[in-house]
Amino acid sequence: MSRIARRRFDALVIGAGGGGLRAALQLSQAEAHVAVVSKVFPTRSHTVAAQGGINAALANVSPDNWHWHMYDTVKGSDYLGDQDAIEYMCRAAARLVVELEHFGVPFSRLDGGRIYQRAFGGQSQNYGGEQASRTCAAADRTGHAMLHALYQQNLKARTHFFDEYFVLDLVMDTDGYCLGAVAIEIETGEPLLIEAKATLLATGGAGRIYRTTTNAHINTGDGMAMALRAGIPLQDMEFVQFHPTGIAGIGILISEGVRGEGGYLINGSGERFMERYAPHAKDLASRDVVARAIYTEVEEGRGCGPKKDHILIKVDHLGEEVIKKRLPGIRELSRRFAGVDPIEGPIPVYPTAHYSMGGIPTNRFGQVVAPVQTGPEEPVPGLYAAGECACVSVHGANRLGGNSLLDIVVFGRAAGNHILEILKEYRYHRPTPNAAVDAVLERLRRWDRKGDGESVDVLRDEMQRLMEKHCGVFRTGKVMAEGIKKLEALARRLPDTVLRDHSRVFNTARIEALELENLMDVALATIHSAAARQESRGAHTRLDFPKRDDMQWLKHTLYNRDGRRLDYKPVRMKPLTVDPFPPKERVY
Amino acid sequence: MKFSIYRYNPETDRAPRMQDYSLPDDCGAVMLLDALMLLKQQDATLSFRRSCREGVCGSDAMNINGRNGLACILPIADLGQPIALRPLPGLPVVRDLIVDLTQFYNQYRAAKPWLINNDPEPEMERLQSPEERDCLDGLYECILCACCTTACPSFWWNPDRFLGPAALLQSWRFLADSRDQATAERLDDLEDPYKLFRCHTIMNCTDVCPKELNPSKAIGRIKQMLARRVL
Repeated sequence: MSRIARRRFDALVIGAGGGGLRAALQLSQAEAHVAVVSKVFPTRSHTVAAQGGINAALANVSPDNWHWHMYDTVKGSDYLGDQDAIEYMCRAAARLVVELEHFGVPFSRLDGGRIYQRAFGGQSQNYGGEQASRTCAAADRTGHAMLHALYQQNLKARTHFFDEYFVLDLVMDTDGYCLGAVAIEIETGEPLLIEAKATLLATGGAGRIYRTTTNAHINTGDGMAMALRAGIPLQDMEFVQFHPTGIAGIGILISEGVRGEGGYLINGSGERFMERYAPHAKDLASRDVVARAIYTEVEEGRGCGPKKDHILIKVDHLGEEVIKKRLPGIRELSRRFAGVDPIEGPIPVYPTAHYSMGGIPTNRFGQVVAPVQTGPEEPVPGLYAAGECACVSVHGANRLGGNSLLDIVVFGRAAGNHILEILKEYRYHRPTPNAAVDAVLERLRRWDRKGDGESVDVLRDEMQRLMEKHCGVFRTGKVMAEGIKKLEALARRLPDTVLRDHSRVFNTARIEALELENLMDVALATIHSAAARQESRGAHTRLDFPKRDDMQWLKHTLYNRDGRRLDYKPVRMKPLTVDPFPPKERVY
Repeated sequence: MKFSIYRYNPETDRAPRMQDYSLPDDCGAVMLLDALMLLKQQDATLSFRRSCREGVCGSDAMNINGRNGLACILPIADLGQPIALRPLPGLPVVRDLIVDLTQFYNQYRAAKPWLINNDPEPEMERLQSPEERDCLDGLYECILCACCTTACPSFWWNPDRFLGPAALLQSWRFLADSRDQATAERLDDLEDPYKLFRCHTIMNCTDVCPKELNPSKAIGRIKQMLARRVL
């Protein structure tokens, strides 16, 4: 084996967003020896950009309980969410949000001193009744406030951090155990083997498979691609959430909290068009519903601006005080990137790629689960996943706003707890086979090749355009089939690309190349899964199959990298303790 | 558009140099980061950090025409050309526009930036009135970009002993939090000729903060609190 440095820990957490940090905290506080590896300094992780808030039925503003939250989440998922996991999440929500407050998160407050909660899309009282206000908020910077507080708590708990290390791949042995991972220290370019009895993937989403996205440049689906390369399938990758309101043309997020505070959408003739699409919930219908409505308005010629290519979100009627107090971050973004002060005028917006409902299949303990040959799924020993890179599945075919920040703390913590359990049994590290490490290092060596070849930028740009055109908000079999052909052709060009910088120290070009490999695997998973699903459900909208088809398609997709093979598995319709919510027509 | 960019690769360069770059005016770049990314397509070796591209992650802080700022939220149209880009001052350069922030993060940790409250945890949230919560506005929004600390002459002189404006802003963020009970301990930690009192209210920190925060004022409040404790 190549002689590389190695370190040993009880647990390895890959990714330092909210999910990874919440898991690490659970482990550190229990005095497990835990390492967190992140390709950026932890507070630069993309959780920092979450705006609107985190859902929990605290009932501080409107009557509420976790059963209603659960109903809304199941309905929002278009019945594809696993109801055991959804029950677990919604029941845990209130306690974990209170815990975040105890960690120091500076939530906005109500007059009595309790946590401020705002209305958000898809929230109801009493199973589909009046609008609920369930989203706990720190102004419109909730993710920032949470990420910093979780990092601070980890500092206090003395969690060990490897900042600016990029993980190449998981190390698996022939028995299928995950033994840790190989990373490179970005500053020196040196590889490092980190051995661990348990490894948690918490690497976030893959919004960068699209050209216009709310996601940061770092959201390149690294953990998802690592899982694929380790022979683990990805679940439900066809379900990509397009956020209704990204700043037109550039995709920067304008929080759903803007509509929660009373903002609304208008088309080219000034009409409040959501009334036609969702008579009851209007602008606070589920995100898939609002995104389709905006897209339709523009397609049918009722857009705004000289090119009629976007619509507007009107906020000024809320008044200066509310905007400054509740939406200061949105005001800052809008002024900087749209050139509009929302106190004075409406913000131009358009749907933009935002969130991956699919991901690495896990159970509600965070254990990665995969079918064993042709048998039923079983946990992959030593491997966990949580947050956006995972698919528990609590979001099903469409995630509700405010449920992603909840997902990361609930399942980050759950994974931490389960790892603590298995650490009691695993007293020793399993031996790391040299071949497994060498296989990972080969991924790095491939990029040492010099000579002529295409550049990483060109391929990434083509991939993003392809995905936007062939696998966007509205999909058809024909367009996607064409997209698959083109994307597969593009993927075949990837092995011939070369780096134009072969230096070792802080070589960001090399990191971008490795990220492109990850993006390509995730893009292929997305479009292959999407082309196969012949129905419309949640965020997956087929013009050629406009109806949801529960007889054929009430099941999870599993995409395998080898041979692009698709399997399916049933949705877990049975909650833990309450009665199931059977599928019914989904109207807002 | 014309640029003059600080280049240094420790593997090949004995000394740093400035390199000229240009982009067509119609290249589509609006913010400085857009331009940097286009330049990286021309020259893959040009290195800088970036992530969120909307001013919340704090990755792409650099010295722009002599002033610290975030590349992703500075419109090129507002900048005089050639646009001179250098790494943040006062810290070791790793490569090109990338500095070693270890010391900056150590200062942050030294401020004990976590809530300390030793009461038994209530089952519900700890109550905090909207007025008490308002005291945290302008403090908790810090993105740790290091623009302020690396613009501070007191930090340049005493990087190992002065905590710097970013860490002190964090100190005040917890001193100002009605839920925090470690006021005495925090003040004891800061009662030292260097950690806090090297601040001479030069106010470069407040001047450059891309989030329009006011570390200088926060430091003043800590000084007041210490003075009041003595009196």
